[in-house]
Amino acid sequence: MKFDLTKLDELLKGAEELELENVDMSVGELELALSAMVSAAKRAEYRDLSFEALLMDFPGRVAEVELGATKANGGTRKNVVRVGGEKTLPFYNFEAQNPYRPVIAYDVFDMKVHLAGPVRKHFEEVLEDPAEWAKLCVKYGADLVTVHLISTDPTLKDTSAREAAKTVEDVLQAVKVPIIIGGSGNPEKDPEVLEKAAEVAEGERCVISSASLNLDYKRVARACMKHGHVVLSWTQLDINDQRTLNKHLLGLGMKKEDLIMDPTTAALGYGLEYSFSIMERIRLAALKGDGDLQMPVSSGTTNAWGAREAWMDAREWGDREKRGPLWEAVTALTLCLAGSDLFMMMSPTAVGLFKDTVESLSRPREVEPLDIGNWISMR
Amino acid sequence: MAKKLGPLDIYRYLPKTNCRECGEKTCMAFASQLIERDVKLEDCPQLMKPDFAEKFHHLKEMLAPGVKEVTIGTGDAIVKIGGEEVIFRHELKYFNQTALALGVHDELEADALLKRVRYVNDFKFKRIGEELTLDLIAIRSVSGDPERFAQCASKVSAETGKPLVLCSYDPKVLEAALKVVGGKRPLIYAATKDTWKEVGKLARKYRCPVVAFADDMSELKSVASALRSMGIEDIVLDPGSNVKNLSSVLGKFVLARRAAILKDDKDLGFPLLGIPAATSAENGLEKTLKEVMIAATMMDKYADLLVLHTQEIWALLPLITLRQNLYTDPRKPVAVDPGLRSIGKPTKSSPVLLTTNFALTYYTVVSDLESAGIACYLLVIDTDGLGVQASIAGGQLDASKVKDAIKRVRLGEKVKHRKIVIPGYSARISGDLELQSGWKALVGPMDSSGIKEFIEKKWSS
Ligand code: SF4
Repeated sequence: MKFDLTKLDELLKGAEELELENVDMSVGELELALSAMVSAAKRAEYRDLSFEALLMDFPGRVAEVELGATKANGGTRKNVVRVGGEKTLPFYNFEAQNPYRPVIAYDVFDMKVHLAGPVRKHFEEVLEDPAEWAKLCVKYGADLVTVHLISTDPTLKDTSAREAAKTVEDVLQAVKVPIIIGGSGNPEKDPEVLEKAAEVAEGERCVISSASLNLDYKRVARACMKHGHVVLSWTQLDINDQRTLNKHLLGLGMKKEDLIMDPTTAALGYGLEYSFSIMERIRLAALKGDGDLQMPVSSGTTNAWGAREAWMDAREWGDREKRGPLWEAVTALTLCLAGSDLFMMMSPTAVGLFKDTVESLSRPREVEPLDIGNWISMR
Repeated sequence: MAKKLGPLDIYRYLPKTNCRECGEKTCMAFASQLIERDVKLEDCPQLMKPDFAEKFHHLKEMLAPGVKEVTIGTGDAIVKIGGEEVIFRHELKYFNQTALALGVHDELEADALLKRVRYVNDFKFKRIGEELTLDLIAIRSVSGDPERFAQCASKVSAETGKPLVLCSYDPKVLEAALKVVGGKRPLIYAATKDTWKEVGKLARKYRCPVVAFADDMSELKSVASALRSMGIEDIVLDPGSNVKNLSSVLGKFVLARRAAILKDDKDLGFPLLGIPAATSAENGLEKTLKEVMIAATMMDKYADLLVLHTQEIWALLPLITLRQNLYTDPRKPVAVDPGLRSIGKPTKSSPVLLTTNFALTYYTVVSDLESAGIACYLLVIDTDGLGVQASIAGGQLDASKVKDAIKRVRLGEKVKHRKIVIPGYSARISGDLELQSGWKALVGPMDSSGIKEFIEKKWSS
C-alpha cells in the first residue's frame, strides 16, 4: 500500500513532540501512531463531563404470581410467596425496582434417591421420609418445598396416583410453606398422578409440575383450574415451544397469573449458555410486551449436580465439598441474572451463597464511598 | 456500531466488482460476512488499493465495534479484550472472552511469588476440546516503594510469558516498573482524576494500554476523555469494584456497556475491568467463596478482565467453565450429526455404546472414550440436540428410535455380538429396547467418566 507523504506532512504540522525511535511498523500502525501524536498536539485537558445514563422504559411487565394460600384464601399455608412483577431486567435497580427477590424451593423425593455426597450429608436421616425431609428443608430456610413423586414411574415403583396423593397430604401437613408437586416425568402416568394430587391439595394453591407438550397438558391444566393451583409450563430449551405451550394453556382459560414457565436448566459446563440465552430472550420479550411470555420463570437448578465437576471426588479438581455447592450456586446466579425467578435447589451451602449474592445485588445504590487504595495495598 | 448495520449499508462502499478474490461469490455476500465478523475488510484486495482508501476508512469506522478491542502484551503472549458489539449474546455473540489475571504483590517472599507465577504459567485445563487457561499476572505495589515494585516486576517478567498488569496509584511507582518491563506492553493500572496526565504520559511513552479508574460514572468518563485528549485510545475502564455492593457494580457495568454500544459514547467504548480480588472477609474460606460469586456476577454482566486473588482450583474451575459457556458462539448448532462413529479401531467384538446428538454430551463421551483408550462403536441417536436426561424426560430418546437407528446403520453387520451399552440415565428404556430390537441393553454408568471401569468390569463380547 502506498502512503501519501503530502498527507503525512500535513498531519505533522503543529505537532509539538515527535518520538519515532521505533519505526519498524506497518503503514497502518504508522498512521495510527501519527494521528495519536497529532491529537496529542491538540491540548491535553481534563474536562468535567457529565455521564447521562441510558435508561429503558419497558412497556411490558411480567405477571405477578402468588404461590400458596393462607386460611383467608381457603388454604392452610402460613404465608404466601410471590414471584414475578418485573419491570426491568434483574437487579437493574438504577432504572426500576423489581418487586420480589428470587425464591428457593428445596427438592424432596418420595423415595430414596441417589444424591451427590455434598448434598446427601445434609439429608442423610430423612431420605426415606418425605414429610421429615420437607421439614428439614424448611429448617434450612426453604421458601417452598417441591415434592417429586418419582416413585410413580412405572419403571420404578409404579406407586399409584392415590398412594402418591397421600405423600402430598403428608407433606402439606408437615410444613406450612407453599409447595410444588412434581410428577415422575412419565408422560402416560403423570396426568393421572398430578390430577389426583391437585385434588387432594385443593385450595392450597400449589404449583403443579408440569404441563408439557409431550403429555396430556389439558388434563393437568384443567385439574389445576378446578382445584385452584398454578401450572408449571415446561419446555426444553426452545423459546418457540415455550410460547406455543403457554398459548395453549392461556387458550384453555388459564391466566398469566396462574402460570410459571420452565424452559429447562442445563448445568454450568453442560449447556448453561443455552438456558441463559433462552431465559434472557424470554424476559426481554416479556418486557417488550409479548403476553405469551410474561410469566415468571423457574429453574431446575438441581441439574447442576449432574455435572461431574460438581459431584466427582477428584483430587485434581480440589475439594468437592466446596466445588459442588459453588457449581450449583453459580448456575443459579447466572440464570438469575438472565431472568429466572424461582430456583429449585438442593444444597444448603449453595443456597446460602446464592442468597448472599442476591442480597448484595439488591442493595440500594447509595453507599459509603469506595476506599480505592485498599485492594492494591492489601497484604 | 451504534445502530444495527445491514449488508446493504456495507455494500454501498464495496468495490462492487464481484471479482471473488475475497473468496466470496459476490460483494454482497462479503458484506454479510463482514457483519457476522467472519471476514475482515483486509480480505478484499480491491479495497486495499489506494483508490479505495477513503471508502476503506469509512467502512472501518462503520464496522468498529462499540467496545474497542484492546491488546495487552506482545508477540505470542498477547491477550485481547473487548471488541464487543452486542448487549446480549444471542444478538450475535460475545467475542473476546473475559481475561483472568491472578494477583501477586511486591512484598511476597521470593518463593511464594515464584509459586504463584508458575501456577499461572502451568494452569491448563482441558474441557470439551478446549484448553482453558489463566491469562495475566497483576502485580500490586503493596510497599509503595518504586524500586521494590520494579524489582518484583522484573522477577515476574523473567519467569513468565503471560502479559502483566502493573497496579499502583502512584505514577512514580508505575514508571519504575515500566522502565524494566515497559517493552512487554503491560496494562497500566491506573490513571485517575488526579494522575491522568502523568500516567497518560507513561502510557504514551511506553505505548501501553492504560486503565481509567473512577468510582463515579461522570468522573470515569472525564478521565477516559482526558486520556483520549492525549491521543491514547487503548483504554480499559474500572468503574470501581465495590464488592460489598454488587448492585452498584452491576449498574455501572451495564450502563457503561449501554453507553458504548447503544449510544456510541467514545469515552466509554472500552473494555471493563472488575476486581473480585478486592473481596474483604475475615475468614479465608468464606472470602474465596464470595470472590467466586462476585467474579461470576461480573462475568455474566460484561466484565472483560478480572483480577482474582484465589488460586484454589475448586474456585477457579466454576469460573473458567462459566467463561467457556458464555463465550460459546450461540450460532453454533446444538446438535451433531446422528449415526455410527468409530472410536479407535473397533473390531467385530468391540463394545457398542449409545449416546445422544447433543453436542456437549457427544463431545464429552468421545473425549472420555478416547482418553480411556477404548476401541468401540458409538451410536449417536438424533434426540433433537437434547442430552440424555432431557431426552428421556421429553421422549426424544426411546426404544423405537434406538431400534430404528440400529437398523439404519446396519449395526448387526458391524459387530458379531448383540449387546449395546446405554447411558445410566436411560435405564428406563432398557426393557423396551430389548423387546423391540432383540439387542441386550447393558445399563452403563450415569456419567461417562465411569465408562472405562464399566467396560473393564462388565463387558465381554
Ligand atoms: S474481493 Fe472485494 S470486490 Fe471482489 S468480490 Fe470480494 S468484496 Fe467484492
